[in-house]
Amino acid sequence: MDKIKPHFQEGGKLSKLESVYDGMETFLFTPNTTSRSGVHIHDSNDMKRTMITVVVALVPCLLFAMYNIGFQHFKAIGMEATFGQMFLFGLLAMLPVIVVSYVVGLGIEFIGAQIHHKEIQEGFLVTGILIPLIVPINTPLWMTAVATAFAVIFAKEIFGGTGMNIFNVALITRAFLFFAYPSEMSGDSAFVKLDSAFGYGGGNVVDGFSGATPLGEVATNFDHFSTSTLDAFIGLIPGSPGETSMIAILIGAAILLFTGIASWRVMLSVFAGGLAMGAVAHAFATPETLYNAAHLDPLTQVCLGGFAFAAVFMATDPVTGARTKIGQYIYGFLIGVFAILIRVYNGGYPEGAMLAVLLMNAFAPLIDYCVVQVNINRRAKRAKAQ
Amino acid sequence: MALIKLKKGFDINLKGKISDEKVIDASSSETYAIVPDDFTGVIPRMEKKEGEKVAAGEPLYHDKNDEKVKVTSPVSGTLKQVVRGDRRKILAVIIEPDNEGRAVAFDTRENPKALLLESGLWPMLRQRPYDIVPTSNARPRDIFITAFDSAPLAPSLKLVLGDDEKYLNKAVEVLSTMTDGKVYLGCSPTEQFTDTGAVTNTFSGPHPAGNAGVQVANIKPVNKGEVVWTLDVVTAARIGKLFETGKMDYSTVVAVNGPGVASPAYIKTTMGCTLHSLLDSRLCDNGKEPRIISGNVFTGVKESIEGYLHAPYRHVTVINEINKKDEFMGWASLSPKKYSIYRVFTSWLMGRHKEVDLDAKLNGGERAIVLSGEYDRMLPMDIYAEFLIKAIIAFDIDKMEQLGIYEVAPEDFALAEFADTSKLELQRIVREGLDKMRAEMC
Repeated sequence: MDKIKPHFQEGGKLSKLESVYDGMETFLFTPNTTSRSGVHIHDSNDMKRTMITVVVALVPCLLFAMYNIGFQHFKAIGMEATFGQMFLFGLLAMLPVIVVSYVVGLGIEFIGAQIHHKEIQEGFLVTGILIPLIVPINTPLWMTAVATAFAVIFAKEIFGGTGMNIFNVALITRAFLFFAYPSEMSGDSAFVKLDSAFGYGGGNVVDGFSGATPLGEVATNFDHFSTSTLDAFIGLIPGSPGETSMIAILIGAAILLFTGIASWRVMLSVFAGGLAMGAVAHAFATPETLYNAAHLDPLTQVCLGGFAFAAVFMATDPVTGARTKIGQYIYGFLIGVFAILIRVYNGGYPEGAMLAVLLMNAFAPLIDYCVVQVNINRRAKRAKAQ
Repeated sequence: MALIKLKKGFDINLKGKISDEKVIDASSSETYAIVPDDFTGVIPRMEKKEGEKVAAGEPLYHDKNDEKVKVTSPVSGTLKQVVRGDRRKILAVIIEPDNEGRAVAFDTRENPKALLLESGLWPMLRQRPYDIVPTSNARPRDIFITAFDSAPLAPSLKLVLGDDEKYLNKAVEVLSTMTDGKVYLGCSPTEQFTDTGAVTNTFSGPHPAGNAGVQVANIKPVNKGEVVWTLDVVTAARIGKLFETGKMDYSTVVAVNGPGVASPAYIKTTMGCTLHSLLDSRLCDNGKEPRIISGNVFTGVKESIEGYLHAPYRHVTVINEINKKDEFMGWASLSPKKYSIYRVFTSWLMGRHKEVDLDAKLNGGERAIVLSGEYDRMLPMDIYAEFLIKAIIAFDIDKMEQLGIYEVAPEDFALAEFADTSKLELQRIVREGLDKMRAEMC
């Protein structure tokens, strides 16, 4: 690497690729830079390791997603399949989405870094894996590409890159798709892959098959709703790839909490908020109510849809969330409340977790402002008392 | 006496501890040096010229803006050289000792403040706000003496003091005359100083429990418009000794330790001695480049072996510059040698309080602040550290003031700087913030 370095430095033939070279170098070798000023020793944890840890936490969801995509596919076409076949199908179905997400997102990050002559930031490592997990599997790849590009440029780069964004980039991708191409993003055909993946699988759909997600069923066809809480907990149900299995999500949550990367305050309070709002909705559900989702008990509420995934991986994004301890409780709780509120009382959207997180992203700075202001007032009061 | 329990912070169990508490004598130092940067806020204007003779306790230079604040020579000898850097900034004043033992005899009947200023002990005090040498006209609200150092491998100040502990009484008596408030003493649970006459508090908890700023914040925080003085117990003992004997005592015991030192030891020497005289034949011969730090690994100054012992420190730490070069894909490493306060490396299996050998590597690139609460958990003060840092970077004076910049010093952020995933130079940011703030307010 050192041999080819001069080409990439200023004045070199390939100086336009300086950031890319730097990115690759630091990716392959931990830099030998030592501290110049300040403390002489540093913690081994850096942004790369932090982001990789989050990716590792997402792996259970990813693996389960692949299995579930295959499971749903073979169920829909009424074919018996082994575990391996299901997983292979899911893998082939997911791979293009992952590749598109990373190529588009990282491509833009690389260009952005080069324009600003900065090091490439690691933030997209996580976003790039989150996107395939929250975008419905039948979304055309070009849509995913457009949405990713939009999100990276308009939700992140224009604010200054990783650490500066106001809204969660992966959720902006999802929201962009949701509002730009609503017909592709919902309904019965979005969440179960019926055609073949690279020629693998495929077949005729069996009679009476519905690819609707449980929450879709609740909203439109409540009489047919048959998903038990246990099904939702295990996750072999139609839905966005990474969001169906509570088990996989909880494994991820355990990794994030154990390593200390994610805030347990946020996670806990999202679930608390969801359960509380679920209980309220459930308590006020009359047999005649038009809001079908109110009939679900609170526990089923948090197991269904993207709620748990949002609680563990989206709400805990430290950049877009509240940063003070007290703020994190408020922020998380309100996400939980709004997610269920939207889900239950807004007929237009069968799922509210995404919108709830984005909404609270916007309010996180305000929450922090209020919390910090309390500290400021206390200090001012103390000074006056003298 | 109150016990104050601090929970925030972290203790790093660094390799290279001193096993034998015996104090040995240093080999003789060829030169001694005063480094003006150690006395933040004092802009030196030389009183002596190169080649002139000086006695121990005789002024070398005074503050350009405050003539009464003087820095004195630690030994009797000849002023050998005034080392200057860019824009003729004085980097060091070097004195060649003559072993004649000439020392200024001070009149202890003098006004205490005048004597402190005259003797050169004054610049060893620090004031909050701004973490600078106090101005000569200041009268502090309270005075805080720290009686222990909680930094990694820091010496036991009780051991450094030795017999001089008896002068603390006098020191407290003298200092009490300079404030309308109280003189506080902050001890660790293991090393107590009793009957000093000061209001004694015990601080338990991890580093930075021994930092003056942390102790002040947990006893009586500094408000806008107030001034407090801080000093360590060694400086206090020097003050006591000066007022008892009329002589300045610049001798000190220094802990020489760290992973790069083969035979860590307590060494008796004089302030400003060469590091060579302390480290001579003590360095590890492991083929790795050593990083010699005058001070501790958090706040100390990087020096070469030709460098000097800086005035505020009774500590020299040596670590390795780089333990492992060109580490392949370090971010994916499963090596238990990667030390972190997070459980993201396998090192947590060994326990976070295991003895570790850390090098000077940055372990990552500088990034925007991403993880939240990182700084707060390392700072046991009622301050939103991250918000304060952001206000300083943006140089928002009102916000800095509101968020408590008057209460902090760069050293309070050292531990956060160690733990920071974004690898920001927090101490430098805080120092610049304090300097700009001071320029703005004065």
